[in-house]
Amino acid sequence: MNKRLPFGLAMIMLVIPCLLLVAFTHYPALRALLNSFWNNASSRRPSKFVGVENYQTLLEDDRLVQVMLNSTFYALGTIPLAIGLAIGMALLVNAKLPGTSLMRLSFFMPTMLPMIAVANIWLFFYAPGIGLASQILGVFGLPPINFLGSTETSLISMMFVAVWKEAGLFMIFYLAALQAVPENLKDAARLEGAGPVRIFFNIVLPLLRPTTIFVAVNALINAFRLVDHVIVMTRGGPNNSSALLLYYVYEVTFSQRDFAYGATLTVLMVCLLGVLAAVQYWVLNRKAHYQ
Amino acid sequence: MSAPGVSLEVRDLRKSWGATDVLKGVNFDIHAGGFLTLLGPSGCGKSTALKLISGLETVTGGHILIGDQDVTGVAAAERNLGMVFQNYALFPHMSVAENIIYGLKVRKVPKAKQQASLKRVAELMALSPLLDRKPAQLSGGQQQRVALARVLVSDRPLVLMDEPLSNLDAKLRVEIRSEIRSLNKQLGITVLYVTHDQSEALSMSDTVVLMSDGQASQIGTPQELYDQPANTFAASFIGTPPMNLLAAADVTLPDWVAARVKTDHADLLVGVRPETMTLGGAGADFSATCKVLSVEYEGSVFLVHLVSASGARFILAHHGADAPQVGEDITVSWDNDAAHLFSSASGQRLSSG
Repeated sequence: MNKRLPFGLAMIMLVIPCLLLVAFTHYPALRALLNSFWNNASSRRPSKFVGVENYQTLLEDDRLVQVMLNSTFYALGTIPLAIGLAIGMALLVNAKLPGTSLMRLSFFMPTMLPMIAVANIWLFFYAPGIGLASQILGVFGLPPINFLGSTETSLISMMFVAVWKEAGLFMIFYLAALQAVPENLKDAARLEGAGPVRIFFNIVLPLLRPTTIFVAVNALINAFRLVDHVIVMTRGGPNNSSALLLYYVYEVTFSQRDFAYGATLTVLMVCLLGVLAAVQYWVLNRKAHYQ
Repeated sequence: MSAPGVSLEVRDLRKSWGATDVLKGVNFDIHAGGFLTLLGPSGCGKSTALKLISGLETVTGGHILIGDQDVTGVAAAERNLGMVFQNYALFPHMSVAENIIYGLKVRKVPKAKQQASLKRVAELMALSPLLDRKPAQLSGGQQQRVALARVLVSDRPLVLMDEPLSNLDAKLRVEIRSEIRSLNKQLGITVLYVTHDQSEALSMSDTVVLMSDGQASQIGTPQELYDQPANTFAASFIGTPPMNLLAAADVTLPDWVAARVKTDHADLLVGVRPETMTLGGAGADFSATCKVLSVEYEGSVFLVHLVSASGARFILAHHGADAPQVGEDITVSWDNDAAHLFSSASGQRLSSG
């Protein structure tokens, strides 16, 4: 244990990871912040310092308003539903029923699939006319809906996929938490005459609260970071109806090649995520511990 | 003030988990207001018996009667009994007050009555200043008293306790032991107590059911278990240190043994409590020669660890200052009254000695 690394080798081993971190995290972040105060370079004129001009654009950007509304709607719609489903599935899997391990696997399967694969599978489900969703509608004699192709349904259709994928992951957290609820607490409540529903709401659910807070905040951050789904399924369309914040950043930066405004949007998003993360730490530290 | 206790009777209680028989037909009963302890090593089925009586588990066979009513098939909540759990089972997210009145809330007792009951037990258990705290902010002893208060608030005539003192330190254990005992006497509630600690069982109970391997090995008062162990298991479980069991070959027996005990000499085991043996062999009924292995000082006594000619180890509790030296060859002896004779094959007691 007492052998010392040669100084040179130690420095190399220190520097390599630092370089990676600087090259791919710190420098781009700093560059984005700087870019947001400069305008976009073109072949005719070089980039020049414009102060907060990009941020003024931000305030007047109607598409940004739409995208933020979409993201908020997406978050508020998917998170409670996914959490509710996750708790339900965890309770089901935790109950000592036959076929539990098969059920557990099937609930968790969507989470294990890569995002792109999930999106492709659902593209097929949603395909107008031939897809599974349209066929089910057909069975009930309803006309087919172009789920991803119309402004009314594109975002909701995507949210559905997100819930389907996320609930399995949340279930694992809840399953762990459920198994940590001491059996004798439930026994004590049962002896006092509490039924299963009452025990769930009085005893189990409050004890799951730390998990719920953890899951909810992480899901919120993920909702604002989601991009792969959008790219594969709708490319934000039609008419921006399914564009989320990170997708908008991607589009502005790499499709419109407006690096300056893209950087400004990135700064906005980093600030937003920073606030959410701060809230997460604050809430977790204050509220989540009983012992 | 409190409901008087009810009697409890258990008839041929059985429980199996698959092919494993955990309880193999246990019988015992407590009179109203009595204090009965299920005593035994871990895995003997005592906690299972408690769960069956509480109704938290269903029986495989047998009957449970509370106050002469067969409750074998009745739901746990309708058996009108309270239970104190090993780890107290306090709800961590509720305050002490909420914990205590939880059962009253569930049963929709009027608010005013809830508060009156809360006040009464809080005073009884000296918890009044702690009512707004969360369980995690209490010491082990305070948590224990909250658990007791939660049971007492409902005026249950029968209270089951599952090793309630095992998480407390030694000093507190002795304190709460007497507290539980006085609650039992003062309020007249019937207590069924489970423990693996024989000194707890002896000091608190009216009746002790010593359990071994899913069966009642001996049932009796603490004195009966101590003075007349029915078998070698009871002999070696009760007492600190427990009874010595020596092969007859190691012991010089009085003549009456051969005449009165109908068993082979090789099958005979002689039991003797460490505290009833004396040093020296002159004129005593039973004696054994042995070598001193080590001497342990215990305050009021020396525990002298001995080894017999055949290599069996046993212990003598010596009062007084002149303890024998390590390595010394000595003779120890005891009277007819102190000798307990067992069959080594069956483990059963042979004669009162």
